Amino acid sequence: MANKLNTLNKTNRWNYITYLLVIIAYVILQVMSSTGSISSSLKGMLVPICAYVVMAVSLNLTVGVLGELSLGHAGFMSVGAFTGVTAAVSLQNLIPFAPLRLAVSMVVAALFAALAGFLIGIPVLRLKGDYLAIVTLAFGEIIKSIFNNLYVGLDESGFHFSLLSDTTDLSENGTLIIGGPMGIGSIQKISTFTAGFILVMITLVVVFHLVNSRAGRAIMAIRDNRIAAESVGLNITKYKMMAFVTSAALAGSAGALFAMNYSTIVANKFDFNTSILVLVFVVLGGLGNMLGSIIAAAALTILPEALREFSDYRMLVYAIVLILVMLATNNPTLKSFLARLKPGKRGEKEAA
Amino acid sequence: MTAKTKLVPVPSPNMIPDRDIDKRPILECINLGITFGGLKAVEDFNLAIGRTEIAGLIGPNGAGKTTVFNLLTKVYQPTRGTILLDGNDTHDMDTAHVNRAGIARTFQNIRLFQNLSVEDNVKVGMDTQMHYNMWSGIFRLPTYWKEEKTAHERALELLSIFHMADLAGVKAGSLPYGAQRRLEIVRALATNPSLLLLDEPAAGMNPSETAELMENIRKIRDTFQIAILLIEHDMNLVMNICEGICVLNFGRIIAKGTPEDIQANPAVIEAYLGKKKEA
Repeated sequence: MANKLNTLNKTNRWNYITYLLVIIAYVILQVMSSTGSISSSLKGMLVPICAYVVMAVSLNLTVGVLGELSLGHAGFMSVGAFTGVTAAVSLQNLIPFAPLRLAVSMVVAALFAALAGFLIGIPVLRLKGDYLAIVTLAFGEIIKSIFNNLYVGLDESGFHFSLLSDTTDLSENGTLIIGGPMGIGSIQKISTFTAGFILVMITLVVVFHLVNSRAGRAIMAIRDNRIAAESVGLNITKYKMMAFVTSAALAGSAGALFAMNYSTIVANKFDFNTSILVLVFVVLGGLGNMLGSIIAAAALTILPEALREFSDYRMLVYAIVLILVMLATNNPTLKSFLARLKPGKRGEKEAA
Repeated sequence: MTAKTKLVPVPSPNMIPDRDIDKRPILECINLGITFGGLKAVEDFNLAIGRTEIAGLIGPNGAGKTTVFNLLTKVYQPTRGTILLDGNDTHDMDTAHVNRAGIARTFQNIRLFQNLSVEDNVKVGMDTQMHYNMWSGIFRLPTYWKEEKTAHERALELLSIFHMADLAGVKAGSLPYGAQRRLEIVRALATNPSLLLLDEPAAGMNPSETAELMENIRKIRDTFQIAILLIEHDMNLVMNICEGICVLNFGRIIAKGTPEDIQANPAVIEAYLGKKKEA
């Protein structure tokens, strides 16, 4: 009995530690930036870090918790970025208060990304393993191509859409929001570090609460043994879809946050490399380990900036550092050393 | 779609224990068969199981016993024949539906949710009986707390049948082999079945564990008033707890009857030991 409570608390304890660390990091960075003790380049990266943290945590839901390798996560970020900014532009007069406008656009972005996740999920979730990975990769590229060729304008008569070439025929005081390969220009930078922090917290609450509910148990059960999961009556498609769509929705809101931190955004920003980058965060942080994802996302977003002094060899050093970190974290000696440091671990072993 | 209405010969009811004879059998297999390519893995499988019967399915290796389980749970779709579960045709159901309709099973090669705790393994089994949705889970609405509390209590109650309540927080994959087998049974029970299929429940257990398992199988039947069909190679266990036994060889039933009948049946002895050489 005592053992059970111990273990149950252990999961919850890590969740609380994660919340706490994120809050502490936010407070420290906020104080530092208000006293001007962090460099302007780091200050400019605070919002992207938050966006990448949300991306990593949401991808971890697909890869770590659901156990399906997705290589198209940037696609959902892209959907969120473009729909979110479009929403923000069209609501500019309706909601003059920027933080509220940002929040509404992030919700719109999440909804559209969720819809994209649902539509892509229908064919993709029927596949397994490598095939699923390849098809998600393809869908990521398809989304990129669509936004590279999509023109959306807004005037008094509403939205105008066109594909391949700009035939939106806007009236004189209409604005072209999405300009195909030019992406979206002159975005109002309404994303703030505080908004990013709130989004990270919401993401963590959603993911932790989902994982620690019947849905999360079912999702992990499907990951661990699909046949057994079917044999206890689980609706496999429903639960897979639930994880996939939630993951997509969170990535969408991260995309909106990310996009509104820059003055222009183009579809090519959300390409295969971005998907892989986020996947690296997840793998480096540990599958299913949300705190790990957060740390990896933050560290690896800062790293290229920190390596600026290596100038041309920057990405080379980045790769070497990445390999060394991966080797170090998988080192058995180091692992057993860390395991000995953790107080809870030993008790668990004795009980088992 | 469901088959045309026609009269089908009810399988010989002689295996059903007296106490269940007035009630509709929980499971009726009529001319069940499956063909893999040209190979008839199971054919003309007729079986009825009473509502509170403990039945055994035995036979030499490769006789098709597990295939029968896979047919009953729709892992394989039968190529011919009918399965009636409490009178309902399971033709249109998939594995998950069949479970919700009342058949739960364990696996010959253990299939637990390795990375989940023992308690969570059992709770996954209860998932189909829980009703709160994703949003109640995310926002931690009252229904979440209420149902999770009930599930927690019921999981511990079920685990205590096998004296495993104190292992509730342990990772399922780190349990010893025997305990993993028992956990599979508990997980199957958690789905509230009316028919429990056990695929070699005693495999890898020592004699004292097997004796305890026998007691527990009886206890499960008595407590939950369900039917149990088990595949087992341990003849001691089969002859002790099964009321009706069905012997399968090369995909065909070669004998049906009480343990005494089976032990005396020359066809069964031949299937297991081979034919006596003519001089």
